[in-house]
Amino acid sequence: MNNGGPFIAKPAHNEPLGYPGELIDGWEDVAVAKLGDLASKYRSLQVFLDSCVKCGACTDKCHYFQGTHDPKNMPVGRQDLLRKVYRRYYTFAGKYFPKLVGAVDMTKEVLDDWYTYYHQCSQCRRCSVFCPYGIDTAEISMAAREIMDTVGLGSKYNNEIIVKAQTIGNNLGLPEPALVDTLGGLEEDLLDDTGLEIKVPVDVHGADVLLVTPSADFFAEPHIDGLMGYAKVFHAAGISWTLSSYASEAANFSMFIGSYANMKKQAERIRKAALELGVKRLVVGECGHAWRVAYSFWNTLAGPFDFLDPNYPVPQHIVEFTHQLHTAGAIKFDKERNDGKVLTFHDSCNVSRASRMGDKPGGQYRLPRDLLRASCNNFVDMPRETIFESTYCCGGGGGLLTDDLMEVRVKGALPRMEALNHVIQENGVTHMAAICAICKTQFAKVLPYYGMGMDQIISLHQVVGDALVLGTPNQ
Amino acid sequence: MGIEVNGKTLEVDEEGYLADLSTWEPGVATVMAKAEGQELGDDHWEIINFLREYYEEYQIAPAIRVLTKAIGKKLGKDKGNSKYLYELFPYGPAKQACKYAGLPKPTGCV
Repeated sequence: MNNGGPFIAKPAHNEPLGYPGELIDGWEDVAVAKLGDLASKYRSLQVFLDSCVKCGACTDKCHYFQGTHDPKNMPVGRQDLLRKVYRRYYTFAGKYFPKLVGAVDMTKEVLDDWYTYYHQCSQCRRCSVFCPYGIDTAEISMAAREIMDTVGLGSKYNNEIIVKAQTIGNNLGLPEPALVDTLGGLEEDLLDDTGLEIKVPVDVHGADVLLVTPSADFFAEPHIDGLMGYAKVFHAAGISWTLSSYASEAANFSMFIGSYANMKKQAERIRKAALELGVKRLVVGECGHAWRVAYSFWNTLAGPFDFLDPNYPVPQHIVEFTHQLHTAGAIKFDKERNDGKVLTFHDSCNVSRASRMGDKPGGQYRLPRDLLRASCNNFVDMPRETIFESTYCCGGGGGLLTDDLMEVRVKGALPRMEALNHVIQENGVTHMAAICAICKTQFAKVLPYYGMGMDQIISLHQVVGDALVLGTPNQ
Repeated sequence: MGIEVNGKTLEVDEEGYLADLSTWEPGVATVMAKAEGQELGDDHWEIINFLREYYEEYQIAPAIRVLTKAIGKKLGKDKGNSKYLYELFPYGPAKQACKYAGLPKPTGCV
C-alpha cells in the first residue's frame, strides 16, 4: 500500500550515526555507488540479486502481501525494486539493453518506492524459507535501508532510537536514576506478590550473570511481567545476577537499517559492561532480533568473549537458561497455578529463522514449548504452517513498530491473527505467549482490531514465573 | 506545525507532541484534548500533573506500572490499574497522557 513510508529522520537522528542530515545533492550517484559497494562486499547480496528466476514460489508468503494485496509487497516484487537498479548499473544486459531486462535508472520515483516498500518489510525471512534459491529478502531490505541512510534518507523511528541507545544506553532513553527507581518498584511488587525479597539488581559487581534485556521489559505491558519472571527464576535457582545501567538494552536496531558499524557500537557496550562488572555469564532476555544479533553477530562484532565461563553457552538465551535449570531439577513448577489459562506460543521470526537455542537443531522451537508445557497443563499449538520455521511475523518487526505505520502493522498481523483465532475457536485458547518485545507490543496494540483483548498476549516468563515454586516467605 | 494556545503558536512534531517541553502550560493539554474530542476533568489532571512531576525528576515518562502504582497509592486501589487509565485516555496513557502533559513520546518497543 502506497502510504509514503514512515516519518523521515531529521538531522539530529542521522548525523550522530554517521549519515548526512538530509537527502544530499547528487544522491543518485552516491546511492548507485553504495549499491555497488555493498554487492561487492557481501557476496550473499550479489547472489540474491543475480539468482532470482521469477518462479513465483514466494509471491503469497509475505504477511504484508496477504494483508494488503499490493504486488510490490510480494517478496519478488520487493526485491525487484532494488534488483532493477542493480541490473541497470551492474550487469552487461542492463547497461546496454535496459528495457529488455527490466532495468531502470536510479530516479526519485524509484527512491520513493524504496522508502515506502522497504518499510513494509519486517525482515522476517519467511519468504526465504519457500524460495528454492534461498533468496533472503531481509538482506536486500537491510541493504536498501543502508543505501538510503547513506544518502540522508532514514526513518525517524529507527534512527532516533539508535541514537538514544548509543548515548543513554537503551532505546527508551531511560536514564540510570529512572531505571533504578523502576526496578525498586518492581521489587516491592514482587514482595507484595510472593512475600519474598526477590531482587531485580542493577550494576552489581561480581555477579555471576549479566542479563541484557530489551528496555521495554522495564517499561511496557506485558513485558514487565516477563522481567519479574526472570527475577523469580534467578531467585529460585540461587544464581547471582545483575542488569547494567550502561548496557541496558538488548535490542540492536542497527541491524534493521543494515549498519554493521552502528551495530558494533552497541554490541561493544555490552562487552564493556560485562568486563567492568566482572560477570562470568551473559544471558539475553526475551527479544527476537536481539537474539539474532547476540547469537550470530556478537562474536565478530565485539568478541572474543573468552573472559566468560566456557561451561555455559556464550551468549545464552533466557529460555535456554531456565530450561537448563528445570532439566537439572534446580527449579520446580506447580503447573496447576496456570490452570486458568489455555496457552499457545508465537514463534518470533528472528529466533525461529535466524538463530538457534540449546544444543540440538530445532531447539529454538522445542525449548520454549518445553518450558510452557512444564509450567501449564493446557498448551495448544497454532496450525503447523504458521509456526516453527514457517512462523508469521507479528506485523511490527524489522523497525516498523511505530504509530505512523499503524495501518500496515494491522494488515500485516492478519495471518497470525487468523491462526490465533483458529485455536481460540477450536481449542479455547485464552493467551498467546511470546519471547520478543516487539511481538508483545505489536500484539497488545493490534489484537483489539481483530476483536481480541490486548491482555491476551503475555510474556513466556510470566507463565514460567507464575508456576515457579519459590521458597516459603519469612513470616 | 503548531497549535494555538492562549494566542500563542506552539510548535509540535509530526505526531502532535510539543517540540519544546519548556513551552508547556495547562492550556496545551486543554487544546490538545479538545482536538481529540475530550474534555479534561480533575481525574485527567491528576495523571497529567503526576507525569510532569515524574518527568521533572527523571527526564523520562514513567513506566505504566510505575504510573498505576502511584495513582493507586494516591487515589485508591480501584484506580491503580491500566483499565482506569485507558478509560481516561483511550489512546493509551503513555501516548495520549504524555502528549497532553508536554512530555516527549516514549520510543522503542513500547
